[in-house]
Amino acid sequence: MKIQAAARTEKAEPLSTRDAYGETLVRLGRTNRDIVVMDSDLSASTRTQLFAREFPDRFFNFGVAEANMIATAAGMAASGKIPFASSFAIFEAGRAWEQIRQSVCYPRLNVKLVASHGGITVGEDGGSHISIEDVALMRILPHMTVIVPADAYETASAVEEAAAFEGPVFIRLSREKFPVCFSGPCQFRIGKATRLREGRDLSIICAGLMVSRSLEASALLSGEGIEARVINCSTIKPLDEEEILAAACDTGAVLTAEEHSIIGGLGSAVAEFLMERHPVPLVRIGIRDRFGVSGKPAQLLQRFGLTAEAIVEAAHALLRRKESHPELTPPP
Amino acid sequence: MTVDATLIYALEEKARWIRIRILKMLARAGSGHTGGSLSAVEIITALYFYKMRIRPQEPLWEGRDRFVLSKGHACPALYAAMALAGYFPEEELMTLRQLDSRLQGHPDMRTLPGVDFSTGSLGQGLSVANGMALAARLDDKDLRVYVLLGDGEIQEGQVWEAAMAASHYRIDNLCAILDFNQLQIDGRVSEVMSILPVGEKWRSFGWEVMEVDGHDFSQLLPALDRAEEVKGRPSLIIAHTVKGKGVSFMENQARYHGIAPTEEELKRALQELGE
Repeated sequence: MKIQAAARTEKAEPLSTRDAYGETLVRLGRTNRDIVVMDSDLSASTRTQLFAREFPDRFFNFGVAEANMIATAAGMAASGKIPFASSFAIFEAGRAWEQIRQSVCYPRLNVKLVASHGGITVGEDGGSHISIEDVALMRILPHMTVIVPADAYETASAVEEAAAFEGPVFIRLSREKFPVCFSGPCQFRIGKATRLREGRDLSIICAGLMVSRSLEASALLSGEGIEARVINCSTIKPLDEEEILAAACDTGAVLTAEEHSIIGGLGSAVAEFLMERHPVPLVRIGIRDRFGVSGKPAQLLQRFGLTAEAIVEAAHALLRRKESHPELTPPP
Repeated sequence: MTVDATLIYALEEKARWIRIRILKMLARAGSGHTGGSLSAVEIITALYFYKMRIRPQEPLWEGRDRFVLSKGHACPALYAAMALAGYFPEEELMTLRQLDSRLQGHPDMRTLPGVDFSTGSLGQGLSVANGMALAARLDDKDLRVYVLLGDGEIQEGQVWEAAMAASHYRIDNLCAILDFNQLQIDGRVSEVMSILPVGEKWRSFGWEVMEVDGHDFSQLLPALDRAEEVKGRPSLIIAHTVKGKGVSFMENQARYHGIAPTEEELKRALQELGE
């Protein structure tokens, strides 16, 4: 498999995934009259406000009432509209989970759930607002597609793909600007992971903010003579099983990295799949069964071990396990 | 307004037909919700055989009026009305709740065309109906959306979120009907969690509220017609009903909320209904 997208090497300005969402919505709204947008009093933060300004007739604010927003979106979808409903990740996936289950996924309706403020980088607002569970909550639902874009470019493409796709989609965005991973506009495909870097010693399978951290870590590892394959697994569901199986077979060691609980998210999805298909030494980087706390995003990433250095350290331990289990490593 | 006696007689006969099928299919299924299905019979009959513009042979016709059975557990009444209207053969009613049946224990829009929305988890239907009504408005479609709420159901907070939104967005192509049979699984609504004063609550949320005897077509039909004339705000018809209506030993009995009649009970019930 050829490397699909070149990782950006020179320093570029970080870009906001939620800005990319808001701008893409406006673009889509100009050509598709069926797109409607909803929010529950967070339109300035989620950037749906951009759509509201240009298409006030197709924007609906429901106030602080996420459950009502989601079920109303379902009713609109049942009548042929393509609703994008936004809130913060914990309120969208958490507060309105049962509405998403009953009224969106069970009837397999064409509702797009785009949640901002996913993960630990919500920062100062603290544990009540830091969503570490949203991906797990969405991934368990039949018919749901779950996407965690790596940067603003991929977000724009993912939002376009979600609009074109028939069925429920959850996209997780962030408050923080993300370092860019792609050198410009890129083509995201639902269910297709992207190999950003080639390597034979281990595979780092990552999503969201952790993609840029993983690329950083792979550069540090390379300096030590360790070559890591880096796979941007932006669709958490459906999982790109072919690419993940290839990673396990080719490199014999897998490290997952996500800004989410290690329970139920990307790490779980990869571990569940590989345990059945091709077990190899595996380590999950993520939030280890605890709530967030207030702090600056950079401090929290440090505190919760979501840094390039933490990935390097985990990679070392992983490689030691790989060496002590030669029966699990692929033939030369 | 007076309603044509012939029309009323015809609807009453349809309601009787529906009641009989509800009891038969529930007895066959061996489980299901009898009381709240029987209380909703006239309301659903009035919608499917008087008010709604539907094409049973073309169940997904875009211009149809929509019906959301928010109290999804009353689906035996909906299924029987649909069979009578010609959506599917009457015999299929006897597959209720069986493996691979299109007549799921709670309505599933994906298995049974003509069911406008999948329901079962209480409290979500009014929001869904708002979404359908707003979509119709965006598309300049002249269709109306009807939603049937249970009285216990409006204890759900989401109902009031939706009530607020319907009024805020001046949704007037929507008519909600409350099946006010005064009983829920655990007993009297007034004792479990009072919803009174119910009319005042909805009025204070900006709704046009009407109250009728929910088993009397001469009251139901004019209320449904009047709701169509209300502009700039949503309408609610509070339908005073009797849980288990039509079967003497089931009437006003909370225990018939979630159980099906036994063969013996079915026999007695059918006798009462003249079957």
